[in-house]
Amino acid sequence: MSADKEIKFSDDAYALVQKIIKRYPEGKQKSALIPVLHIAQAEFSGWLSAPVMDYVASLLSIASIEVYEVASFYTMFNLKPVGKCVIEVCRTGPCWLMGAEDLVKYLEKKLNIKDGETTADGMFTLKTAECLASCGTAPMMQIGETYHESLTLNKVDQILDDCRATVTEPISHWSKKEI
Amino acid sequence: MGRKLLTENINVPGIQSLSVYRHQGGYETLKKAVGMTSEAIVEEVKKSGLRGRGGAGFPTGLKWSFLAKPEGVPRHLVCNADESEPGTFKDRYMMERIPHLLIEGMIIGSFALGANSSYIYIRGEMMYVLHILQRAIDEAYEAGFLGKNILGSGFDFDLYVHCGAGAYICGEETALIESLEGKRGNPRIKPPFPAIKGLWERPTVVNNVESIMAVVPIIKMGGDEYAKIGIGKSTGTKLISACGHINKPGVYEIEMGIPVEEFIYSDEYCGGIRNGKELKAVVAGGSSVPVLPKSLILNLANGEPRLMSYESLSEGGFATGTMLGSGGFILMDEDTSIVKNLWTFTRFYHHESCGQCSPCREGTGWMEKLLHKILDGHGTLSDVDLLWEIQSKIEGKTICPLGDAAAWPVASAIRHFRHEFEEYVTNPQNIKKDHHYYRVNNISPEFA
Ligand SMILES: Cc1cc2nc3c(=O)[nH]c(=O)nc-3n(C[C@H](O)[C@H](O)[C@H](O)COP(=O)(O)O)c2cc1C
Ligand code: SF4
Ligand code: FES
Repeated sequence: MSADKEIKFSDDAYALVQKIIKRYPEGKQKSALIPVLHIAQAEFSGWLSAPVMDYVASLLSIASIEVYEVASFYTMFNLKPVGKCVIEVCRTGPCWLMGAEDLVKYLEKKLNIKDGETTADGMFTLKTAECLASCGTAPMMQIGETYHESLTLNKVDQILDDCRATVTEPISHWSKKEI
Repeated sequence: MGRKLLTENINVPGIQSLSVYRHQGGYETLKKAVGMTSEAIVEEVKKSGLRGRGGAGFPTGLKWSFLAKPEGVPRHLVCNADESEPGTFKDRYMMERIPHLLIEGMIIGSFALGANSSYIYIRGEMMYVLHILQRAIDEAYEAGFLGKNILGSGFDFDLYVHCGAGAYICGEETALIESLEGKRGNPRIKPPFPAIKGLWERPTVVNNVESIMAVVPIIKMGGDEYAKIGIGKSTGTKLISACGHINKPGVYEIEMGIPVEEFIYSDEYCGGIRNGKELKAVVAGGSSVPVLPKSLILNLANGEPRLMSYESLSEGGFATGTMLGSGGFILMDEDTSIVKNLWTFTRFYHHESCGQCSPCREGTGWMEKLLHKILDGHGTLSDVDLLWEIQSKIEGKTICPLGDAAAWPVASAIRHFRHEFEEYVTNPQNIKKDHHYYRVNNISPEFA
């Protein structure tokens, strides 16, 4: 995100934030922080910069530090820029039993990046994740909101091709629906 | 075929929608419940013997009866839909397929507890499930099952979903409450218990998705009838999510008390070990519970068959038993490296430790490093002893049970599979040569 671009939610996102705040009692608007950070991440290129977090703090009338400490605790929040498609591969025991380690190695080779890195064209970021409650359909990975399950290498190839062909804007966990 | 109370209608086409759910008798139990007193509902849940399905197995009716009810202070029921215990995927399966069952249970539970607004805390990764729940909630509002004066009962009730953002620790109930307040997921020191001071310092009950769903059949059939299903203090049915090297991974609703052997080998459930292999070990209740070798999971130490129940699975204590936990059944075949599987678990706990207590924060990292060293072929016999020593110094010495959950898999792996650790440290050259130790694939190894 360029520094000069004004940091402001779209009207839809702003309206949703106001709606979410109303779910919590008067004066407990801080409770909306995590949902609002998901929205912020989706609104601002898939990651949370310090100015974006400051903006969220102002929306919720809390101190910036309260936002930073939360954003840095939860693994779904990216504190540095990421690719358009963030691929999260589950690597915990049950998925490992079904070949998750090979899946990660395959993706590293194919995308020519390591865990945590982004491809030079800014298309993919590879992240390893811990159990995503999909152990019965292992190995699996998540891209945005979508769970890709019972993976084979062919399926992975197909998914990557689909991403390249269709994704133009960064996709986030929050797909701009009601939340 | 065992009785199905939660999954009976799971395969009915369109059951996600309110109309089909109602067609199958959905929300009829709510109608019955609002005609009862809240005390009578709590009484039925007590009589049912239902034990919390989130892992700890605490009796749900008792928990509900502990809720403080100070005059003029709102109370809340919070549904724990954070499901992140490795091996556990039943809640996601249920919420995705039959969301109205959870909503009906939340309304009945909140009515019984006198909560006028309640929350479903769902892990952030399951955002698509959150949308499914939100759609179902919208439908329920439209039909008058949520909102003001529900079914003319005078009970006003609002139900909200709330998402997390990736942190296993937020499944621990006080961490979940912190997270719901917009903070880091640091567990609180108890007491005070949430029943006295929970969400926003208000009396709060936190229950697992499956526990809340089970309230619906309990009220429908009556607590006494429910208690007739199952065995001993393990009443009713239980959802088991089975994964690993079996022919039929998936979520199964079992009547408590069936033999473990039947669950693993019968075609109704797991369908046996895939590729004709032998079973080596089982983690019966999510990654946190002790791993058992085949002989001890199928039979008690005295040779009698082990059953799928809280009591039978824990029979023998940690020396020869394990726990039902969250019902996450992880099965490993004969080629599996126990050490390597353990390393993925320990890495998980290290990653997920919130860092408040030094035994957990430092101990999990230290154990992960030692296991890595052993897997790398540089371990020594004293490293195995050190692992034992470290885990014993975490257990029972932390704010929340994540510390124990990190210690038990290490302790049990060494207790039952010490020979494998010893083989790794005395013959490290075999670790890499023998493929089994490192990988079990269902995908072509040529790229690895
Ligand atoms: C580290 C940790 C993680 C937990 N994760 C979950 C979880 O994902 N879902 C859940 O229902 N309970 C989880 N629990 C248990 C909860 O603290 C709590 O006991 C449970 O939600 C109570 O619901 P129940 O009485 O209906 O079982 C976890 C506990 C610990 C210590
Ligand atoms: S035991 Fe671990 S996770 Fe639990 S409070 Fe202590 S440091 Fe945090
Ligand atoms: S271990 Fe990968 S989804 Fe559970």
